[in-house]
Amino acid sequence: MGILRPKVALLNDEYKKKIFEEAKHILESLGVLFENTDAEALLKEQGVPNDNHRYYIPSDLVDKCLTSPPHEITMYDREGNVHLSLKDDNIHFDPGSAAIFILDENSGQIREPLHQDFIRFTKIVDQLSNIDAQSTSLVYSDVPKTAQDWHRLYTTLKYGHKPIVTGTFRKESFSIMNELLLTCRTSEKDLAAKPLAIFDACPSPPLSWSDLTTQSVIDAAERMIPSEFISMPMSGANAPITLIGSITQHCAESLAGVVISQLAKKGAPIIWGGSPAIMDMKHGTTPMGAIETMMIDIGDAEMGKYLNLPTHAYMSLSDAKIPDAQAGLEAGMGALLAGLTGINMISGPGMLDFESCQSIEKLLIDNEIAGMVKRFLKGIHDYGSPFAEEILKDYDKTNELLSHPSTLQLFRKELYLPSPIIARMTRDEWKKAGSRSSRQRAKEEIEGLLAKGPPKALDSLKSTELDKISSKYL
Amino acid sequence: MDAEEIYKEMADSIVNLDQEKALKLANQALNEEMDLLKVIEKGFGEGIRKVGDLWDDGEFFLPELMSGAQIMEKAVDVLTPKLQSSGSERQSSGKVLLATIEGDIHSIGKTIVATMLRANGFQVIDLGTDVKAEKIVNVAINANVDIIGVSTLLTTTMLNQKKVIEILEQKNIRNNFKVIFGGAPVTQGWVDECHADGYAENAVESVKLAKSLM
Repeated sequence: MGILRPKVALLNDEYKKKIFEEAKHILESLGVLFENTDAEALLKEQGVPNDNHRYYIPSDLVDKCLTSPPHEITMYDREGNVHLSLKDDNIHFDPGSAAIFILDENSGQIREPLHQDFIRFTKIVDQLSNIDAQSTSLVYSDVPKTAQDWHRLYTTLKYGHKPIVTGTFRKESFSIMNELLLTCRTSEKDLAAKPLAIFDACPSPPLSWSDLTTQSVIDAAERMIPSEFISMPMSGANAPITLIGSITQHCAESLAGVVISQLAKKGAPIIWGGSPAIMDMKHGTTPMGAIETMMIDIGDAEMGKYLNLPTHAYMSLSDAKIPDAQAGLEAGMGALLAGLTGINMISGPGMLDFESCQSIEKLLIDNEIAGMVKRFLKGIHDYGSPFAEEILKDYDKTNELLSHPSTLQLFRKELYLPSPIIARMTRDEWKKAGSRSSRQRAKEEIEGLLAKGPPKALDSLKSTELDKISSKYL
Repeated sequence: MDAEEIYKEMADSIVNLDQEKALKLANQALNEEMDLLKVIEKGFGEGIRKVGDLWDDGEFFLPELMSGAQIMEKAVDVLTPKLQSSGSERQSSGKVLLATIEGDIHSIGKTIVATMLRANGFQVIDLGTDVKAEKIVNVAINANVDIIGVSTLLTTTMLNQKKVIEILEQKNIRNNFKVIFGGAPVTQGWVDECHADGYAENAVESVKLAKSLM
């Protein structure tokens, strides 16, 4: 680690406390709407006052529920090896999830994704060294609607080995997805001990948890599978226009999730995540690349850290329609700010157009951004003093330091070595190579990555087992 | 102050988003027994048209658009009882039914459209969100609306927009209504495929579309 861990912060402890207290007060006074029978039973069991599905959760219950979730979550790969740890200021990237369109790099057209697109996407994510987790990132239309959630998990397990961020579209799908995950573990207990997938659960702003999303939290909690809360207040539309008001609403909605998960199963792993956005006041859209959206994300994550929970945010994505300069600036700023905040899971790479479109070209560019951010966060390292004097002493002997032992020994440690997507060649070399843009160079990388074999091959027995489950439910 | 000057003040009160002033002027119109139809058309109505122009010019943003439309509605509400008792009525631009289709709970876009349509003289029935196609058609028939507006934000629920038109066709009443679509995933291609009558990119466009269909 470097001399300092670079950090950014927008809130101080006084304000974090104020936000937390107000969020608890909101739960107690305005209440939260739950339309899920199991959740309502859990809340009624605790004697929570309610009226027409609205539950007025007392602060002491919130405080009690906050004592039980784990402060860190270790995720394991498909084969059961430790892969990443959601704790402290560790950061990890996964592609933005559930895009309903893909930007086809060959035709240049935005279209509905097909299963084959998701297979390609998953294979590429598995190859990228700076993208740490898979996500069920495309919703493809060539499987029955009822299979659109679990079939993505099936595909990810077939073609990728990294842990997965996923979610349900139907209540019935959770058990199928659990069955798929169990093919990679020896038992439910083994899956709980070595989590392979995180389930996203999105409350509906303001202050409402739908039947589907609540059920997902409960189903996951009962099996000790991590849930990631994705509260998504839209400032000025269904949340206060003020950034601090939106952060407070996010806190209240997420605390309600904490209560449900911990009542379902004490100690269930949860991640304090979110996908807040401001509303664009001209187009009525939800710009994920807006600087204020990123500020809310940072504030939300700071609250998660204040409560000692692993954190998540949708950052490093862009509202541009193609991987252009806007895509680069928004993804770059988002990734760096998320990194500086120490957000444990950063969902966004590849994503364009308000979380609606995935692009492999952008994914490859974002992989470079993620690499640079990770390098930045390592900071400036002290290898022992003198820092320069000893090395410079030798300069006159060679008139260069390229061959100095310290250079060979440390250059890979000190420098992030980008792929050919980042143009660092001379202008002449660039011209000779066809004067291509970073987007074009990213496109040129795709087939090469796809031609590589998987970093970890799927065991044939597991593969057959996965196919059987898929055939059974299709 | 002559009537023309008061109309101008009324229009200005909408453009300036000055609710207090707008309501004061509406009450003044009642007290002075002004021609209330003209008050709406030349006064407040002119204001809301200007708000639309400011939106088109990029000067006004959504909160200003909504606020202008809501002040317009409140001013008209002040005038309505007197108008009704005198036997005359604000000329309706048309009757529109709005709903977010089954499976989709997104309401903001539809709410903005409803507000803008009301401000522009349309009678609006807003059925809310997650509404089945069958219910939309039944209410449209019973209320005898001119236009059915169906909103969706999700591509997964888009298909249900088409269902509304299919039901109308099955009942042989497709030609009794104009059907318009709204929502982020809607394109001209989708409108053509469904044989719908149009779609709008934003709330101001939706008013223009609705007027063009009447």
